[in-house]
Formats: sequence, C-alpha cells, structure tokens
Amino acid sequence: MDAQTQDLAKIRAIIAQHKRWDAIFGIIGVLALMVGVLTFAALFADMAMQGLGRLDWNFFTAFPSRKPAQAGILSAWVGSVLVMTVTAFFAVPLGVAAGVYLEEYASKNWVTDVIEINITNLAGVPSIVYGLLALGLFVYQFGFGQSILSAGLTLALLILPVVIVATREAIRGIPQSIREGSYALGATQWQTVRDHIVPYSSAGILTGIIIGMARAIGETAPIITIGALTFIAFLPPSPVSAEFPFLNFEWLTSPFTVMPIQMFNWTSRPEAAFHVNAAAAGFVLVVMTLAMNGLAIWLRYRLRKNIKW
Amino acid sequence: MSAVPSDRVATMTGEGLTGQRLAYRRSRIWIEKAIEIALLSAALVSVFVTIGIVYVLVSESVAFFRHVPILQFLTDTQWTPLFDDAHFGIMVLLSGTLTSSAVALAIAIPLGTIIAIYLSEFAPFKVREIAKPFLELLGGVPTIVYGYFALLFVTPLLQRVYPDLPGFNLLSAGLVMGIMIIPYVSSISEDAMRAVPMALREGSYAMGATRYQTATRVVVPAAFSGIASAYILGISRAVGETMILAVAAGMQPNLTFNPLEPAATITAYIVQVALGDLPHGSIGYQTIFAAGLTLMVLTLTFNILGHVLRRRFRETY
Repeated sequence: MDAQTQDLAKIRAIIAQHKRWDAIFGIIGVLALMVGVLTFAALFADMAMQGLGRLDWNFFTAFPSRKPAQAGILSAWVGSVLVMTVTAFFAVPLGVAAGVYLEEYASKNWVTDVIEINITNLAGVPSIVYGLLALGLFVYQFGFGQSILSAGLTLALLILPVVIVATREAIRGIPQSIREGSYALGATQWQTVRDHIVPYSSAGILTGIIIGMARAIGETAPIITIGALTFIAFLPPSPVSAEFPFLNFEWLTSPFTVMPIQMFNWTSRPEAAFHVNAAAAGFVLVVMTLAMNGLAIWLRYRLRKNIKW
Repeated sequence: MSAVPSDRVATMTGEGLTGQRLAYRRSRIWIEKAIEIALLSAALVSVFVTIGIVYVLVSESVAFFRHVPILQFLTDTQWTPLFDDAHFGIMVLLSGTLTSSAVALAIAIPLGTIIAIYLSEFAPFKVREIAKPFLELLGGVPTIVYGYFALLFVTPLLQRVYPDLPGFNLLSAGLVMGIMIIPYVSSISEDAMRAVPMALREGSYAMGATRYQTATRVVVPAAFSGIASAYILGISRAVGETMILAVAAGMQPNLTFNPLEPAATITAYIVQVALGDLPHGSIGYQTIFAAGLTLMVLTLTFNILGHVLRRRFRETY
C-alpha cells in the first residue's frame, strides 16, 4: 500500500468517526427529549391511575371533609373561578393598556426605559415574593384581608408581564401601512388604536391572556402566603341575587380556598386516602391547565398560518 | 342627498360648519390626551409593583433587623425563629435552597442545552413542530402537581434504589424541579441558536465540518449570550421555586449540603409560616420578609451576573 492510499484511508476513518458523532448526538438529543416526555407521561398516568376512581359528580359538589371518601372540591373550584374573575378583571385591561401604550404611544425617553426594564425584571421575580407584597400591602396596609379580592389582585400583578409582553408582540406584527391608512382617512391616534390595532392583534392578545390565566390558576405559593385558609366548608356569598340590584360584591371580601391549595392540603396529610383525593384534584388541575395552554398554542398556530399582511 | 337629515344639511353651510368642526377637534384633542395619560398610568403600574415589593420587603426587614443584628443573621448556624431560644441563621435555609437548586440545575442545564441544540440544529421540521409545544405544556403544569409527583412518585422510586432515603429529601424535589425547568432553558437557548445567521453555519459546513462540530464550535459560542440568559432564568426559577420543595423536601430547617437529607428552603419556610397563624407585626411575621428579601437579593445577584455575562459574550452580526 502506498502512502497516498494510506492517507486516504486515514481521512476516510476520520470522516466516518465524525459522522458517527453526528449520529450519536442525534440519538442523545432524542433521549433528552424522551426524559421530558416520559416524566410527563408518568406524571399524567400516575395522577389518572390514583385519582380517576375518585372523580365522580360528588367530588365536584361536595365540600372538603375529614372523611376522605366524602371530601370534594366544591369550595375549591368555586374559589378558583371567583379569584380568576378578579384576576382577569384587573390583569386584562391593565396589561393590554400598558402594551398598547408601550408600542403605540411611548416616545424613546427614560420613563419608557424604566417601564421596560421593570417589566423584564418583574417577569423574573419569584412568585412567592408577590405573595409577600400582597401580604404586606393588600392584606394589612389596604385592609383587604385574606379575601378573594387580595388573591385576585395578587395573581393579576403576577401575570401582568405575560399579558403585556403578548400584547406588544401581537401589535408589533401589524404593518405600519395599516396605521398610515387610518391616519390618512383622518382618524386620530386613539381611533386608530381602537378600530384597527387592538382588533387586529386581538387573537395574539387572547393567546397571552389564556397562557397567563393558565399560570394563575395553578399558582399556589402567593395565595398561601397571603394566608388563605385551607379548610373551607362553605361558599362565598353568591355574586348574583334575586333582588335589585341583582349583583352584589360581598364575595370579594369572603375567605376562600382554591384548587391548588386544596390539593396541597391533601398532599401534605399523612393518610394515603387523602393522597387519592390529591391525585384526583391534581388530575383536574392538570387537565384544566393543559386544555388552556393547548388552546393558546392552537390559536397561535392558526394565527401564524392565516394572517398574511 | 335625501338621506341626510335636514338639520345636518343646515350646518353644512357657512360659519356653522367651521365652528362645529373646530369645537369637535378641540374636544378630540382633549380626549386623545386623556386617553394617552390613562394608558401611561396602566404602564406605570408595573413600576409601582416594583416599588411596592421593595418597600414591603425593606420596611419589614428593617423592623426585623432591629431585633436581630445582621451579622448574627448571616453567621448563625441555627434557624429556630419560633422557639423560646430563638436563632436566626439564614445560612440554614440558604443551604437547602442552594442544594436543591444545584440538583435541579444539574438536570436542567445539560438536558435543556442538549434539547436546544438538537431542536435547533438536528431535528427534522416535524419533530420540532411537535416537541416545542410539548415542552411548553411541560412548563405549564402547576408546580403543586410536580410537588405531588416528587413526594408520592419519585421518592418511592428512589427509595427502591436507595432504601435509606428519607420520605422528605432534597434529591427528589431537586430532580423534579430540574425537569420542570428544562423548558425554560431549552426554549430560550433554542431561540438564541436559531438567531445565529445561516452564513456562519454555511461557512462551517463549507470547511468540511459536520453538524455536531458546527453546532458545538460555531453555533453555541455565537449564541452564548442568549444561552447564558437562559441559564440565569433557570437559576432564578430554581431558587424561587416553592411548592415542589414545600411538599417534597420537608419543612425542617437543616444546615446541610447533602441532597439525600430533608431540609427547608427559604421559600418553604415562608410557606410554613404563612400556613400557621402568626400575629401581624410579631418577630415571626417579620422573619418571612427578611427571608423574602434574602431571596430577592439572591435572584437579583444572579440577574446582574447574567447581565454582565451577556455583555461580555455578546456577538453582533
């Protein structure tokens, strides 16, 4: 064998070796993904196997109880719905307005810079710190107490950055010509925003709102921190009444519990029978957040496919 | 013309028209200004939230540090704030936080980075289209559910391998926390890698490099500042994570760096105090704000570090 073919063989060997590395990394990548997939599958299957047996009509219509077999999540899911209502009431208008301001109105000055840096930093603050803020400010300073209002406000602040960022991204996708067309027809800035910018970005904004709400519904730490009770065997006063003015707001100041707190309560008890309840509540929670996130992902996918400016 | 009401026809002539238009314009200008101010105030809410957080944490902590000297807070090796013989050594809680975070990051950073490289450089389009939303779903699972999973699934599983493992331990909490953080690390790293210009990859391929060589020697270094942000976000998540630890790691303060032991973290301690019924203004009540302030300082330090790293390794094309 002469030197040339020997070199060629060597080079071939090196190439083959490098190609092998490519293949190996491809496999490692799939394996790494599989760790996530398998964990999720195990989590879902475990919750379903443990909890599905407890999931019946009674589970949704019964109050928590000392007897695990009779306990249900009525006060928890009603509490979650009410807290989410308050959260959406504050987070959606505030977040969308802030996003619109930053994209459409803000001039490049230090105020804008401060606001932008703030939003970025707030997104990284641990959720339990929001709980401490709420405990010091809402519960004691403002005197809202350990109420649905305090919890709703806390979660609203928590998801505000999510809504703001989603709104800004959605608005950024609208071409300048839309604004120019509107101005050319004599519309003012607000008319342009109200009739064009917000409607056209509404699907993107909605995606952000859903993701934010999905996060809020599973959030436990800040609500525990404001001191929400864990054993609530009654419902807050109904928001709708039979007499005039048909709506009342007493429920805002009522003590409450929410789904994740109920699940935490059951998980931290030593009796295995309560763990079954925890699994059932967890299953409901996972299905709910998955459905919401799934909806958001689907919306975004549709959006990306359909809109061609 | 017949569709136009008669009163409007009248105003369309002469001075009436200009006057009305001007009045309308004046009112519009005011309305526009008012709306802009309203929108600005909405944007300023975020600033007030930050001010509120700093105010609450600092004011309650100042009250706390009037009772407990800072030096004692930082150097004491016991944490027994609710006992008669009260000790306030934050190191005890800090050790739990750092140990569990280390376990979580030992999982999340390698796996997150590998997944990001795979999805950005190796995976076929179809795989990426399925894997990305799936990872997003993984990040959307409530942490209390992960806590349940760590305590009642992962710990028993680990106990089969290592029978002496206590029911509460930092290891299983940290492992599950790591899985939870993977999506945060992978999605931001992947975005950074995909932002690297194609020309760099093409240059690398043209020199005869394989995909693996291109990914590790061209794409990752070029995207490093973005990858560093992903790591920093992962660290912040791990340090601030609460429910997984409160459920699965136990709430017993324990100065240890051994993940096989149970230990309370800063966040778990706050939950524990909040679950009890401490009177507003008591020293026990103030400890959770001092603990919260420590947590904020910790995450802030990492964020500043991340900022410096990003500056240092930023590549612009």
